Amino acid sequence: MSSTIIETDPDAALLPERIRRFPFPFASDTYRYSANVEPATKTAPTEAGAWGAHLVDIDEHYLDELAERAKVLTRDPSRVNVLPHMRTAVWDALTTLLSSMAEDYPDTMSFHREGNICRWRNGLQNLEVEFTVGDDSSLPEGPLRFLGTQIQDDIILLDIREDTLWLDAGLVTFAADWSFAFDVGMNFLEIHHPVPRVKEERITSRAEQFLLRLQPGEQFRRTNWTMTIGRRMDTSTETYPEWGPDRTTIADDPAMPEKLHLRVEVQHLIRLPHSGALLFLVRTHLLPLTDIARVPAWREKMGHVLAELPDDMAEYKGIIRYRKAASDWLLAR
Amino acid sequence: MTAIALQPRVHPAVEGGLQLEVTNVSRETESIVSITMAAPEGGRLPSYVPGSHLVVQWGNGVNAYSLTGSGNAPSEYSISVLRVGEGAGGSLAMHRLCVGDRVYVARPRSAFAPASTATHHLLVAAGIGITPVLSHARAAVERDSTATMIYVHRPDAGAHVAEARELLGPGLIALVECTDRGSFQNVLAEALITQPVGTHLYVCGPVVFMDAVLEEARGHGWSSARLHSEAFGAAELDAGEPFTVHLARSGVRLEVPAGVSLLETLETAGQSIPNMCRKGICGECVLPVLRGAPQHRDLYLSEQEKAANNTMMSCVSRSNDPELELDL
Repeated sequence: MSSTIIETDPDAALLPERIRRFPFPFASDTYRYSANVEPATKTAPTEAGAWGAHLVDIDEHYLDELAERAKVLTRDPSRVNVLPHMRTAVWDALTTLLSSMAEDYPDTMSFHREGNICRWRNGLQNLEVEFTVGDDSSLPEGPLRFLGTQIQDDIILLDIREDTLWLDAGLVTFAADWSFAFDVGMNFLEIHHPVPRVKEERITSRAEQFLLRLQPGEQFRRTNWTMTIGRRMDTSTETYPEWGPDRTTIADDPAMPEKLHLRVEVQHLIRLPHSGALLFLVRTHLLPLTDIARVPAWREKMGHVLAELPDDMAEYKGIIRYRKAASDWLLAR
Repeated sequence: MTAIALQPRVHPAVEGGLQLEVTNVSRETESIVSITMAAPEGGRLPSYVPGSHLVVQWGNGVNAYSLTGSGNAPSEYSISVLRVGEGAGGSLAMHRLCVGDRVYVARPRSAFAPASTATHHLLVAAGIGITPVLSHARAAVERDSTATMIYVHRPDAGAHVAEARELLGPGLIALVECTDRGSFQNVLAEALITQPVGTHLYVCGPVVFMDAVLEEARGHGWSSARLHSEAFGAAELDAGEPFTVHLARSGVRLEVPAGVSLLETLETAGQSIPNMCRKGICGECVLPVLRGAPQHRDLYLSEQEKAANNTMMSCVSRSNDPELELDL
């Protein structure tokens, strides 16, 4: 959390951008779940640089990750779903995010709206399109698939009714060990049921109350983390056979420091202005231990966090088999 | 009145909101005027959820009025105001507004939203209660959903009647106007037993009217989850009473005015308090309390912790006692 004063290391200017912009999530030598929400688009300094100035973050992996997403969607169309009552919310998400991107990246992007006719230009993709809000056929694959080609974030839309939130639409190709298709239609408590500790610590119910009270237009964010072997974005339940076995061998792999990545999700919580639905964006950042180790404060904090993390949390995060090896390597530098 | 109606001091309830210019004033009935506002520099205003209300400042007070548009990418906001003789003065101030006047408003707030899963919307309004219901009807038309409207008003005194009639079509499939109690009873009773399965009912009007409609609907077996009534500001924290804090370590006394949080007061006084969400959920801005009973309004502390009264969340919580002593 942000209660610790973070000072950027004077040598950090020499580090590559992927490290300077990385949203390093640990403020101290221990980590526990918390409702660590804060207002969105506030620059968060780290020992290596800063992150978080923009709602939609675009980095050097932009085109690669969008290409990866397209492949995942071709292989498995269950990664996108829109229940019929969520159409208004999807259009609301699209217009909200495109206009936010146009404001944040005026050199490469622009968004104009007259009534329901919109024009969007994205110079990074050499793209210019015109579409009509509310008319799903005005974008080739519909508004949600289109939004998924413009931002690196996974997109989840929750409807608010009967005093809770319902996961009723989304496009999720970079899930960290969960299944979007399985969770569609579930409510907030059902979705979070498997997470250890959060029920006992009332974190889920507090988070739910907080989200229900957000007013349209309000934007907050939080971070979450786990670890991933290889620069693999799609670690969903659906592809578990492809990536799960690596967890048992990585601890003894001499290439562990290059292969093992800290996976940080910058999650945005946005109450959409016109539909009132909650937009939950998950932007995944991966950084290998070798890069973490180039920032002395990160190396130490992460090493201690991994060593101290209680077993139930390490088990849930899927890192229990190799967290000691990772911690030892980091702390031995 | 042609003077600028812009108030010298911005009320806390509209802080961080918008400054708008009145672009049109039109008389709906003898006692109701519609006021349209836009950004002085033109351009689009924030979209809003159908059924939202706008908090408008007048003098030193604020009032909430329903927005009558659909809320989809608007370039202006319209409200309609019933003149209330015995009120605090807000409606009279609104009725004095002229084209060109400037007003402070908060961003629209949603507390009467249409249910996205409804198969049909049954809209029931009495008098000035037409305003949020008109917003719902417009949204139904735009979103390809369907609505039926029942509108009770005095003979020849129905605001927005012409606009409601213009909406009739595939979206607003029926508009029933009632100008006496007896006919309304019959229309409502008939409507409550003939709606498609999955219909949601929305009612706005005087409290006794809303209570009667909701009671009758429940009597016909409507589940509470499908009944919605307009309740201004129910989800919001009120401004609270002013109180004093005594900072034991520094010996400083600070006044916390209504509408200003303890956290803001401490920050203004130069104290650095760790904080994140400023909404009473993250737990960062916890403060140790030495004396006095805090008025806990957060979502973070457990019931036991609240009862102990030795900690408080400075971003939302206030004081039940005139003075609190903090270990700061």
